[in-house]
Amino acid sequence: MKEEDTAQSALSSKHKWADEQTLVSALREGDEGAFGFLLDTYHGPLLRLAMAHVPSRAVAEEVVQETWQGVLESLPRFEGRSSLKTWMFRILTNRAKTRGQRERRYESLDSGDGQSDGDGEGWREPDRFIQAGSLAGHWSSLPSMWDEETPERLLLSKESRALIQQAISALPPVQRQVITLRDIDELDAKEVCNILEVTETNQRVLLHRARSRVRKIIEQQLEEKRPTG
Amino acid sequence: MSQDLKGQLMHLMAGNITCQDLIELITEYLEGSMSFSERVRFQIHLGFCQGCRNYLSQMKTTIRTIGKLPAEPIPDEVRDELLKRFRTWKKG
Ligand SMILES: [Zn+2]
Repeated sequence: MKEEDTAQSALSSKHKWADEQTLVSALREGDEGAFGFLLDTYHGPLLRLAMAHVPSRAVAEEVVQETWQGVLESLPRFEGRSSLKTWMFRILTNRAKTRGQRERRYESLDSGDGQSDGDGEGWREPDRFIQAGSLAGHWSSLPSMWDEETPERLLLSKESRALIQQAISALPPVQRQVITLRDIDELDAKEVCNILEVTETNQRVLLHRARSRVRKIIEQQLEEKRPTG
Repeated sequence: MSQDLKGQLMHLMAGNITCQDLIELITEYLEGSMSFSERVRFQIHLGFCQGCRNYLSQMKTTIRTIGKLPAEPIPDEVRDELLKRFRTWKKG
């Protein structure tokens, strides 16, 4: 108990708003510090998610502006049934969908099978497997073991970071939305299904394809960087 | 042992599932949405297959990498503008 107390007081100045109820009541009371914290924490992630929904950055920025407006308007009615983060992402997603439909360029998932995201088979890598014979379907060349420090090292390089970001930007929109919410914003599967209105199976299929593509890009990065001869 | 028999034996030992099929199940595995028997089969294959173990580890590393991508900081003028709006909202 004592240890926890010390840890908590050490964190309290830095994470004054870590407790969501405290944060929400401070916001309702008009505490600017609380709103500043919300802006610093979520503006970037909201913009990133918006860009996964609409075709241009300018529109994405407008959607984020509308989202903040929506957050302020709905705050008195926030019931805490989901986390504040999930709630804000849902507001953003709804605005982005409306906006996208208006622009007629929003690519929504028209059925629940995960097959209709205009994706093709680009996430598969059949050439990595033995094609025929009794060993068909087994690795033709084994994937290598990556270093523990791979993420840190890759992201240190501006070029690699840009390439990974590009790989995510190039994903079909719904895949990009799913991987952003799941792996960057760290929401759980249920929350993502709820926000994007996709089934659990669909969510998983989209996530799998998105991750597989990014894995491939990282592999290419590592292979290029590997010192040869 | 004939190549054919060796292949069949390997396949059997590897949980009766090919590597190509296994990697398609990785997200299902990581999400914890497999049935018990599917999970066992998956793990048996991993136990025998270095390639798939490496691939699984690569996928986990990929997820960690994606999770570390930084978001853009909010530009000062946007922050100021939104704080101004917050003040107005407070009064309203
Ligand atoms: Zn295998």
